Amino acid sequence: MTKSDGFKLLGTAASPFVNRVQFVLNLKSIEYEYIVENLACKSELLLTSNPVYQKVPVLIHANKPPIPESLVIIEYLDEMYPDVHPILPSNPLDRAENRFWASYIDNKFFPLFEELRKTPDKEEKEAIKKQIIEGSQLLEEAFVKVSKGKDYFGGDDAGYLDVVLGCFLAWVKFVEKRNEFNIIDEVRTPKLKKWVNRIWSHEAFKDVFPGSETLMNLFMMLQTHKPPRKI
Amino acid sequence: MAENEEVILLDFWASMFGMRVRIGLAEKGISYDHRQEDLLENKSQLLLEMNPIHKKIPVLIHNGKPICESSIILEYIDETWNDKAPLLPSDAYAKARARFWAGFITNKLDQAGRKVYRTKGEEHEKSRQEFMECLKLLEGELGDKPFFGGENFGYLDVSFIPFYSWFQAYETYGNLNIELECPKLIAWAKRCIQNKESVSNIFPDSSKVFAFVQLLRKKLGIDD
Repeated sequence: MTKSDGFKLLGTAASPFVNRVQFVLNLKSIEYEYIVENLACKSELLLTSNPVYQKVPVLIHANKPPIPESLVIIEYLDEMYPDVHPILPSNPLDRAENRFWASYIDNKFFPLFEELRKTPDKEEKEAIKKQIIEGSQLLEEAFVKVSKGKDYFGGDDAGYLDVVLGCFLAWVKFVEKRNEFNIIDEVRTPKLKKWVNRIWSHEAFKDVFPGSETLMNLFMMLQTHKPPRKI
Repeated sequence: MAENEEVILLDFWASMFGMRVRIGLAEKGISYDHRQEDLLENKSQLLLEMNPIHKKIPVLIHNGKPICESSIILEYIDETWNDKAPLLPSDAYAKARARFWAGFITNKLDQAGRKVYRTKGEEHEKSRQEFMECLKLLEGELGDKPFFGGENFGYLDVSFIPFYSWFQAYETYGNLNIELECPKLIAWAKRCIQNKESVSNIFPDSSKVFAFVQLLRKKLGIDD
């Protein structure tokens, strides 16, 4: 089932926040026009669509004003198409729990990755790696609680936290390799490890993940435009 | 609401985020056990148990289950007690817009505001400008509407009005005149207090909030 309801998505391949929205559009079988943005040289469309943050993703639906912010976009899509592969659960307490973990992932967990990149000091880097590992333990516990024994955070199939956390898996692999440590592994986070493999091969996710070259390009751009702090 | 519903709010009197929840609960006519936390000295065992990751207020405890973070709590309240006083609009796009701006207040405005009363020198100067820019953007979003929610007081109004109780502190430590730069925002704030009991009943005294900020600055070593 496909829909052509006039959706446009402004994004870049390496942005996990854009990828998140793409996962949801795929899960809901929503057709969309993908407009690639060059973050080093932002388009007029992006600047006028998201004047407050000037960031991707931005969703433009038919003739309504644009919607920025990945989590806001996801809830919008879920409300527009509630009967096709619901993303958030229906119970208010479960919804609150899902939103809580999304906030943790976006505000506490993922920012550690950027902290790691920007920290030049070796000892400080080790401390941040430790925090990332502690974070992954919390996420393992979250998985146990939210999945209620099933294969995905969303239960039998992918849901809100599968897209909210799943979008970072390419970056997780990149950071693990570059910094020589395991964030998700069989011993400490066995359930997440199995979940990671499911997500990588899931129909709605697998073709969206950026390749290592794309990630390296974005990484190099960050190193140039937002260089690590001087020691 | 069933007779045996138990609602507890772990809160701190001066917190804008706690105020959001108080207003939301009042809008819905929900009775609750209001508990003050001593955030500076001694957080309660219950708080540490109910919000072990962040150890922050507000926490709503509904029949023993904790819900953390003010925006999440407001949505929970709206979804659970959905028979009266809707906080979020029903239109999906209007909801998205309200959520976007509430997020902006929680992340951008609050961050800039904290720096206005906590920093000095270049960082402080930068924060003053950022803070005013945030307020101007919010005034733009309000436009000529009586409330952010349009004709009716709603989610975004609830999310923002608590910050008004901190304006005296922001103005003093930021050397700002908010009414001069954003007259529509001040008019809106006064309208909320005049027309909404849910706001006026819980609103702390601006001068008490200011005294709290003075105390905070001393503790942080900003003022002697």
